[in-house]
Amino acid sequence: MKIAVCIKQVPNTEARLRVRRDGRWLEEEDLPFIINESDEYALEEGLRIAEKTGGEVVVFSLGPDRVREALRKALAVGAARAVHLADPAFAGGDALATGRALAAALKRDSFDLVLTGSQSDDVGYGGTGSVVAGHLGWPHVWLVMGVELEEGNRAAKVTREMESGVNEVSRVQLPAVLEIQAGLNHPRYASLKGIMAAKKKEIATATPADLGLDAAQVGEAGSRLEIVSVAFPASGKGAQILQGDAKAAATALVEKLQKEARVL
Amino acid sequence: MANEVWVVLQHREGQISRISWETVGAAQKLAATLGSKAEAVLLGSGVGLAAAEVAKSDLAAVHVADHDALRAYTPGAYIGALASTIQSAAPAFVVFPHTYQTVDYMARLAQAVGAGLLPQVTAFQGEGGDLLWTRPVMSGKLQAKVRVKGEGTVLVSVQSGAFPADGVVRGEAPVKPLEVDLAAVKPDREILGYEEVGGDTVDLTKAEIIVAVGRGVGGADKMAPVEALAKALGAEIGASRPVIDNGWLPRDRQIGSSGQTVAPKLYVAAGISGAIQHLVGMKGSSVIVAINKDPGAPIFTVADYGIVGDLHEVLPALTEAVRAAKG
Repeated sequence: MKIAVCIKQVPNTEARLRVRRDGRWLEEEDLPFIINESDEYALEEGLRIAEKTGGEVVVFSLGPDRVREALRKALAVGAARAVHLADPAFAGGDALATGRALAAALKRDSFDLVLTGSQSDDVGYGGTGSVVAGHLGWPHVWLVMGVELEEGNRAAKVTREMESGVNEVSRVQLPAVLEIQAGLNHPRYASLKGIMAAKKKEIATATPADLGLDAAQVGEAGSRLEIVSVAFPASGKGAQILQGDAKAAATALVEKLQKEARVL
Repeated sequence: MANEVWVVLQHREGQISRISWETVGAAQKLAATLGSKAEAVLLGSGVGLAAAEVAKSDLAAVHVADHDALRAYTPGAYIGALASTIQSAAPAFVVFPHTYQTVDYMARLAQAVGAGLLPQVTAFQGEGGDLLWTRPVMSGKLQAKVRVKGEGTVLVSVQSGAFPADGVVRGEAPVKPLEVDLAAVKPDREILGYEEVGGDTVDLTKAEIIVAVGRGVGGADKMAPVEALAKALGAEIGASRPVIDNGWLPRDRQIGSSGQTVAPKLYVAAGISGAIQHLVGMKGSSVIVAINKDPGAPIFTVADYGIVGDLHEVLPALTEAVRAAKG
């Protein structure tokens, strides 16, 4: 099967985050970027299905030049080639604008299956894959915890996570877009051989014009949402922070839990 | 109309979910801001009683599509039922509960009807057309203020726990049938069934004390200080999602929107940053203690007591202090 996997490069949420001076987003200087967590699982699932069915994975990503590093990593773990939607006009898109651009890029080729992560760890709209499916006119499933191919790879039995520990099991006809939940598999690491091979693999680039789109249809211009500001949450009612070294703080905490909160 | 607000309710076998009531309250508040009255929409089969329950709210109407074809949720069926009516009525906002069902179809519905998409809001402020919405970004570490631009309907989903369920304004609303083009209701997946995850499930909801651990613990082989503290406190061990996804603890220990919702008298969160998906599962706890090396971690916003530090240093000290206090 020929499989497309859409990945996003996001800031590492574990890193020390700073708000940019204009207050509208994070300061990206010195900020470490990684492949979005659920997208890594989508990539791994794509590679496994391609290996099982004798196919290949083409990886797509949208973003500035730094995104090439994420694409290179995907090539190093086994993707055959990559497409980089690289143009300043693509920046700042919401799920609708980004989904529109990715769908236009995917339509230039023909795929049996498109995989994405379920949600980005930065803006977290959680809808890009579904929007892609809408443009392609394919069924989609969001929050996928299991994929089994059926009917000679013309359908898939898909397990989807729901709330309160219940999974939905359904069958979708392929081609489809499956939006993968983190935890589905164990993503592989790149081997030295894979890293060397990746250097020779193609990363094609595409602009809005290449995709038959107007710059006003993509990125911030093509979006209905505008992020006005970001901020760390106010300290709510405010935790009492217990000071001192670990021992002093722990002792003070136990005293508070006994005498003030009365839960011990 | 430019100020109409609809609210699409979610139910399970005719039972209106708690988050749906929260969403009704949010929609009422939004409509009041725009100078209108919210209208509810209910899809399903055999939902007459649920509709009557919703009709005891201060709403302009409760629109009900009660068809066998809508018995099982699929995106194709729900989008088919809603798309043409949203397009022709063109309400300013359609508000949804932010659930895994909603996220599954809301983005595609927005794309199908040419509406805007604003997922997972926790608050809004402002008046008339100039609203500023709040939603989590960076896995809940930051909050963004978002503005909607351009013309036309916007689909909004409301985060669980952001608006009070008992905040619904009571009243009396007429129940009206919602016209649905059944030819457009096309299931796009064949539902084979629903399965319970787990089996031998640990029931954390009955625990009086929970020591919950997050990504900060660093690995399955680094659990000893967590186990020691849990033993000293007589506590159950819980975890946030990354711990489960990494296989460091079994899935029946997961607390949060895709795990268990707990409210013990004492909740110790160690190495948990506090993504909103985790917070909704534990913020009802009586007393919350947060231990995290990042002083900016959102877990401290819901905690009563906090210690800023590495859990591998703090937990052993805390275990000692608990043992000493208990004698």
